Amino acid sequence: MEFLKKILGIVWIILALATAYFCIVQFGFPKLQTGHQEDLVFGLIIVFILTPIVSIGLGIFGYFALKGEYDESKM
Amino acid sequence: MTTETQSTKGIWKVIGASSLGTLIEWYDFFIFGSLSIVISTKFFPTDNPTAAFLSTLATFAAGFVVRPFGALFFGRLGDLIGRKYTFMVTLMLMGGATFLIGCIPSYETIGFWAPFLVLILRLLQGLALGGEYGGAATYVAEHSPKGQRGYWTSWIQTTATFGLFISLIVILVTRTLMDEEQFDSWGWRVPFLLSLFMVYVSYLIRKNMDESPEFKQAKSEGKTSKNPLKESFGNKYNLKFVLLALFGAAMGQGVVWYTGQFYSMSFMKTVMHLHTDQADMILGIALLCGTPFFIIFGWLSDKVGRKWVMLTGMALALLTYRPIYEQMYQITNVANKEEIVAQKEEFFEEVKTESGKDEIITHKSHYTDGTILTTTTTKHISNSIKNSISTKQNITISGSNYVFLILLIFIQIIYITLVYGPIAAFLVEIFPVKIRYTSMSLPYHIGNGVFGGLLPAVSTYLATNAQTQNDAEYYLAGLWYPIIISAVCFIIGSLYINKSIYAKNQ
Repeated sequence: MEFLKKILGIVWIILALATAYFCIVQFGFPKLQTGHQEDLVFGLIIVFILTPIVSIGLGIFGYFALKGEYDESKM
Repeated sequence: MTTETQSTKGIWKVIGASSLGTLIEWYDFFIFGSLSIVISTKFFPTDNPTAAFLSTLATFAAGFVVRPFGALFFGRLGDLIGRKYTFMVTLMLMGGATFLIGCIPSYETIGFWAPFLVLILRLLQGLALGGEYGGAATYVAEHSPKGQRGYWTSWIQTTATFGLFISLIVILVTRTLMDEEQFDSWGWRVPFLLSLFMVYVSYLIRKNMDESPEFKQAKSEGKTSKNPLKESFGNKYNLKFVLLALFGAAMGQGVVWYTGQFYSMSFMKTVMHLHTDQADMILGIALLCGTPFFIIFGWLSDKVGRKWVMLTGMALALLTYRPIYEQMYQITNVANKEEIVAQKEEFFEEVKTESGKDEIITHKSHYTDGTILTTTTTKHISNSIKNSISTKQNITISGSNYVFLILLIFIQIIYITLVYGPIAAFLVEIFPVKIRYTSMSLPYHIGNGVFGGLLPAVSTYLATNAQTQNDAEYYLAGLWYPIIISAVCFIIGSLYINKSIYAKNQ
């Protein structure tokens, strides 16, 4: 189980990067470029609020998992 | 026996005072959304781009951006000076802001200042809400007898649902007490103004409450934190629990909560084309029937552990959302119904407008299962601009369809109670007393405000994309957002959360 938790750390880091790509390139920037004010606010929230929380947060979580910080002995 | 009775009496007093205040905060927060259509006409005219921009900010910012900041700001205060005083401040702030929204003159009277002031007050509401919930949950949990935190904090968990209820009831009563013109002119202000009275009553009850015993003890022993923010998020040991609370519990809880309580409503109205009153009533009945389960699952989490109660809710949600919404869609899908042709009705009406006239044709189709489809086609004929046509569908259902739809919504409410009932106790127990308010508030408000709050927008985006690509099941595409988030949260929660995380702070 401890090994699985560590290995999945890599998955969380990849997921964090994938989310960053999706949020910025696929979702955020296109919204910023539509010219509609509603989309502008939404795009800003995606790029500057959601992306950092998900990507950086999940990335750090994955890093901690990979380093074994969530091992039973360290809880 | 006497001591036990006194102790139970004491905890009921704590629950009553905390829940009432939190309920009023939710009432204040929801009243803005429930009256959004009136508010937009009074403060945010769509023909003014600046006002429209401020309107969007008010909608998004209070829900997503400001709530986590409120959690940080008031969480820090709560860990420094105490729970009781902090959540008194958040209560006053919320009540004051709500009352003042009801006092602001309209855009017609003071121009740009009207939307600007509403935005500021809405941001204050978001800040207050960000600080309130963590304080109330912590306060109740720290008063609860050992091994019963799930049960007692679950009373706090019912307040969000009841707050929505009360807001709808107050609006409904206000509407029935006056005619439409009066309500539009000044009646809509009443629910806002009423908040001051409610907050005052709650203040009177809360001000005589004692500080939480655990915080009092920590303070007397000099064990409170000097810098809660730094200790919560700058310390690797605590940060890893904050991240685990967010990605292993709060994130999934947020999307399940928003799907059952808000996405379902939007789906009924915009995809199923169900009549607004009927959709509101169906959701209301399901919420009313489901609310006691917050308490049941909170209690159950004391017996079998928090983790699997919450994760069961997430697992059921991610496995059954698509079949549930497919069934919901089919309830009003007239393509599969048999029409009673003899009962078909058609009306024609001509209404003069400022620029010309509207030709309104209404078709009413009756189906064998009691469904009635009303299609209204309006042809806007203008002297100056190009003519246009708009079509609106409205469906009412009855009999077994009505009961079945309530059941489908009720199932989603049960998922909410599974994930939400035990979460306050769970969050409280994974953090130590000295940084509890700060540490638990942030993941909760990111999970609900950001992950949950963005659900309608992200789901609509996914559904629209699917429709553009001619996906036959486009109406289910929006569900991928809560399904994926719940799935990730389920895996993280089931693997990384273990009993030792919260056993140390019980």
